[in-house]
Amino acid sequence: MVTEADVQDAVVELLRKTVVRLPADVKVALEAAYGAEVDEVPKMQLKAILDNIALAEEGVTPMCQDTGVTIFYITLPRNATVAVEKAIVEGVRRATKEVPLRPNAVHPITRKNPGDNVGDRMPYINCRVGAEDHIEITVMTKGAGSENMSQMAMLTPSQGVKGIKEFVLNTVLRAGGNPCPPMVLGVGIGGSADISMKLAKEALLRPLNKRHEDPAIASLEQELLEALNLLGIGPMGLGGKTTAIGLNIEYAFCHTASLPVAVNVQCWAARRGTVRIHPDGRMEFPTHEGVS
Amino acid sequence: MATRLKTPLSEESVRSLKLGETVYIDGVVLTGRDEVHIHALEMFEKGESTPVDFKGAALFHCGPIMRKTGEQWEVVAAGPTTSSRMNSLEPSFIEKFRPGAVIGKGGMSQPTVDAMKEHGCVYLAITGGAAVLAAKGIKSVSGVEWYELGMPEAIWIMNAENFGPLTVGIDTKGNSLYAAVGAKVKENEKRARSQLGLE
Repeated sequence: MVTEADVQDAVVELLRKTVVRLPADVKVALEAAYGAEVDEVPKMQLKAILDNIALAEEGVTPMCQDTGVTIFYITLPRNATVAVEKAIVEGVRRATKEVPLRPNAVHPITRKNPGDNVGDRMPYINCRVGAEDHIEITVMTKGAGSENMSQMAMLTPSQGVKGIKEFVLNTVLRAGGNPCPPMVLGVGIGGSADISMKLAKEALLRPLNKRHEDPAIASLEQELLEALNLLGIGPMGLGGKTTAIGLNIEYAFCHTASLPVAVNVQCWAARRGTVRIHPDGRMEFPTHEGVS
Repeated sequence: MATRLKTPLSEESVRSLKLGETVYIDGVVLTGRDEVHIHALEMFEKGESTPVDFKGAALFHCGPIMRKTGEQWEVVAAGPTTSSRMNSLEPSFIEKFRPGAVIGKGGMSQPTVDAMKEHGCVYLAITGGAAVLAAKGIKSVSGVEWYELGMPEAIWIMNAENFGPLTVGIDTKGNSLYAAVGAKVKENEKRARSQLGLE
């Protein structure tokens, strides 16, 4: 029997792994970027990033001081009896002290900081019921530097794919060096205003080396990524070949009169983590396999 | 050879720095971001003095993760925050408080470039997100002011040794590496647009 305390422990461990260690696909992409740069300034920036990743892993220390706000995606079994959402809230509270995480969550108007990353609707939990018998918890610890560069637009259907490309390009141009490039772009197309933004963030949960299963979308991902890397914004906006190390698109059907498009901007520290808690209490961390 | 700078920074040493040069800092580094700028400027308007002297200081746009063991604070992670959020506040902050260097990421806009030229201040870029690397250059913490603003927004008084590497992103002659990259990006945008079939 999985208890609430088990889930809480799993959440603390998940947050620790997530803020300390990047998923393998992100690390591989950053190493490749270092290899591809020629000029001294971008090389030095990527070297600092790779050195920092190694130091964080060695010291089991958060790789960036901005440990973000915690956005959760959970899938529950149909017969779930554990109060998973409550366990997540308590897990975040504990992780803030134990990892530690920076207390980032504040009241949006008074800016009061309770100090434990917990407040109204934060941690934010997206919940669905799945067919499996395990509990799956995915977390994204999203920093503000990149999130602040995110944008959405309600295009007209006649603007079509060109309009989407234009919007993605302009978002990246406007972001420049601010979101800690090399960046990852999550693009959400369709649905409605709110759904496109949700899809944009969910697109960031897909590994960078995995293209969309629809070949037309996959080729749009590739085309946009290549074009963005012609811009020369470079690591930290100091110039260079690598502006983005990934671009993923997710879409949903939308109203015949609408074309919503959203871009969620992610910094190089593309931190995401997943834990599966099986009915017998066994835990798996598929994003952080083979590491303690 | 990288240049080593010691705080408080003299105007002469700051004015001798060249764009793109690599720099390391020894001495005191003060953190200050949105709220510190707002509060310090409000106090100046009221004729009150701030708890720390910013003259010749290395002002770090940083909201660190700190840990308290007993009475002693230590740095866990201390990378830079996005400097452009302080664009509207920095020119006036530089004029009133005269820091010698602003350390951050992403660069700052023309009014700050102008204020840096006029008052002898540089912008030093540190790699964003590389918070553990940055913390390595902080040897101890001698105090904190305005802690009530929250851990990220307080003024942390940090003792630095070989803090860096930092790149001179804006010098005292009105040059900005970010403006130079921006001009190139504008040129490159044409290629990107044509590749995407956008005219």
